[in-house]
Order: sequence, then C-alpha cells, then structure tokens
Amino acid sequence: MGDLIALGFVVILLIVGFVFGSIGQSRHYRSIKTREFRLRHILLFNEKMPPTQYAGQEFALVSGSVIMGSDYFRQMIAGLKGIFGGRLTSFETMLDRGRREAILRMKEEAERMGANAIFNVRLETSTLSFSQQGNREGKGGLACAELMAYGTAWRAPAASPAANAGNPQTL
Amino acid sequence: MGYDASGIKLSNIEYFPGYAITQHLGLVQGSTVRAKHVGRDIMASLKNIVGGELKGYTELLNESRQEAVDRMVAQARAVGANAVINVRFSTANIAAGAAELLAYGTAVVLERRG
Repeated sequence: MGDLIALGFVVILLIVGFVFGSIGQSRHYRSIKTREFRLRHILLFNEKMPPTQYAGQEFALVSGSVIMGSDYFRQMIAGLKGIFGGRLTSFETMLDRGRREAILRMKEEAERMGANAIFNVRLETSTLSFSQQGNREGKGGLACAELMAYGTAWRAPAASPAANAGNPQTL
Repeated sequence: MGYDASGIKLSNIEYFPGYAITQHLGLVQGSTVRAKHVGRDIMASLKNIVGGELKGYTELLNESRQEAVDRMVAQARAVGANAVINVRFSTANIAAGAAELLAYGTAVVLERRG
C-alpha cells in the first residue's frame, strides 16, 4: 500500500512536471523570440577591438545571467536516456533557453545605457549544486546550471556609421 | 546600468579607441563565497518539479557577483585607478550550497584622448 502511494506520488510529479514544464517552455520561447526581435539592433561581437567609429564613446560592462532548472519529467527522461547514451534533448533545450535568456538580459542592460553594440561577449556555463541532494546521482538531485553572458557595451557614435563612412575618424 | 562601480569604469576589453591607458596598476580582484538559505532552497526544489528559471538563485548570484565587483572596485580605487579593464568572472562550486564568485581585472588609469 505504501509503495502504491509512493508510486502514485511519483506519477503525479511526472505529470505535473510534464504539463507545467511544457507550458513554461513554450511560453518562455515565445517571450525569447519577441524580445530577440525587439533587441536585434544591438549587435554582438566576440572580438576585442571596437572599430574606430566608437572612438571616445561611453562604454560599460554589461552582463546577464540566469539559473535554469529542468523539470521532473525531463530530468527522468534524461536519466533513462543516460543508459543508452545519445542526445539529451531535454537538457539541450534547457541550456538553449537559459543562454538566450542570459544574452537577452545583457542586451536589455546595454539598451538601457543607449548602446548599440557589445564587444568581447563571453558566454559561461557553470553547474551549481545548491541542493543538499545535488551530490546524489540520478533523480532527486537538482539539475540546474548557471548561464552567463557578459561583454562591453559601447554607445553608438554621435553621427551614424554610414555618415562617417566617407570620413573615417582617426584615433 | 551594468554593475554599480561608482565612478570606476569597468570593461572586459583591453583596447579602447579614443582613450589612452596612461598607467597600468596591476591585477585587482574581488571574491565572495555565498550560501543559499533554506527557504530559497526549498522553493527551488519545488520549482525544479516544473522546471524553468530558478529566480531565487539568480538573484542570489547577482547579488554575490555585485559584491565581488564591489571588492574589486575598492581595490582599484585604493591603488588610484579610474578603470578596471579586461574583467573576467569565474564561478566555483565549493560545496553543496556554497558558491564562490570571483571577479578580476587590470586596474589602469584611462584618459579620453582628443
């Protein structure tokens, strides 16, 4: 009887995880897509040298970070997949969402300072075992990772780059 | 807007068009080790059933990172810099429930040219 209750509990958790996890995921992707479209005017570069049009403009360090967790159902699926190997799509989407969210938060910060480009963008991922159970392998432990993006945002040159094209500024 | 560095400029690049680095003052760094608190951990465990962002932890790490940056900036100010360039962040997991956030960079005197 006790086993049956425990099993029922797990099944409920799986269903709740699947339903709310899927809803949350599609809602998150929708919000990511609209914000990515809105912020597409901010350019990202992972090179270190801003072009000379940006000479003397204001700059600042901007960053965005997010800690993503996987839901119970997807974590279970990933655990089962682990037996046979192969792509863990449930974790792939979790990390993809997190990384895009982190980049968007960085871009939003850049937008607030009026920047139109971010240089030397770095992406970092770290796992965090915050939970006491995190040490334990398999289900029960929190599958969570921190995704972080940071870079140096530069304010747009006073005149548009197109207007400057014929008359390049010297250093 | 970005990290609150009160007057000290922060950047993770090392080449600045339109600016000149007049003095290099060496490496500065700041770090902090933070533990989550139980309430947040329980909330995060619940959140982990449905997945998605763990907001409590995100806030916690952002606060901690700001503190690491504050310490780095304090060091930079102590050596008389007005900017910290080539800033890097790193995170290390010390134990279950504790994380170290480290920020480091080069303290310089940066002047706008022309």
